Amino acid sequence: MSMFSIFNVSGSAISAQSQRLNVVASNLANADAVAGPDGQGYKGRQVVFETTPMGSDASSGVRVAAIKESNEPLRKVHNPSHPSADADGYVTQSNVNPVEEMVNMISASRSYQNNVEVMNTAKTLLLKTLQMGQ
Amino acid sequence: MFANMTSGLDFQSKALVLRAERQRMIASNIANADTPGYVARDLNFKEAMNNAVGGGLTSALSAISPQSSSSDGTSNTRHIPLPSGSIGTLGNGSSLAYTAQSQPSLDGNSVDLDRERANFVDNSVRYEATLRFINSQSKTILSAIQGQ
Repeated sequence: MSMFSIFNVSGSAISAQSQRLNVVASNLANADAVAGPDGQGYKGRQVVFETTPMGSDASSGVRVAAIKESNEPLRKVHNPSHPSADADGYVTQSNVNPVEEMVNMISASRSYQNNVEVMNTAKTLLLKTLQMGQ
Repeated sequence: MFANMTSGLDFQSKALVLRAERQRMIASNIANADTPGYVARDLNFKEAMNNAVGGGLTSALSAISPQSSSSDGTSNTRHIPLPSGSIGTLGNGSSLAYTAQSQPSLDGNSVDLDRERANFVDNSVRYEATLRFINSQSKTILSAIQGQ
């Protein structure tokens, strides 16, 4: 039955979106992290999605091809009283933009919900097909 | 006489298989809504159904799958080529096509999520309708057989 591969396709999308949600969570958690003594602060991460064929037929799922670090410059905040401040009184923080991450989070959760709904519908249809002729 | 009785069922079962195919395709589109460079696909149900009724279900299904080997349906020189028009190729009169892009996006993804969701619900309702047709027809045949 070809509709069974819907579960594979939507399952791959759910797993990819939950990984995206994980990355967003770690970005948000580290949004205010201060750079250590080596000056290397936390760099925001982004997932890269890629289409992947599912089985031999025309359906295609999705997978996370890579997780890339953002190249934006680290944020510098003037705070001379901070213990990690440099000679000029600047503290190096992560380059995460919390607003962008919140938008990313909402987008990921909506996509996740969409795919859950697709799976639910496919399940309902398959169950009704099982009851055919009764 | 029995063929007359089940021809309606035959038609509906072909429709059911094609609806399941389309459901799968829309699920792929929704799954890849955030994938850069993904091109949304859809099934032209009318053409696929025409193929299924005219040339048998197998030729309609091979028109759906992109791996159909050559334009006349042969993968071996000893195969009998199918009549032209029974197997679609991408671009000219195919049943599997790419959806038209309504709002171009920068990452090359052509999935319109609202439309895909609408298509998904539409397709599942029609799938259920086909199922009910089959159920009621089989009940009709059963009651005719039992004569009660």
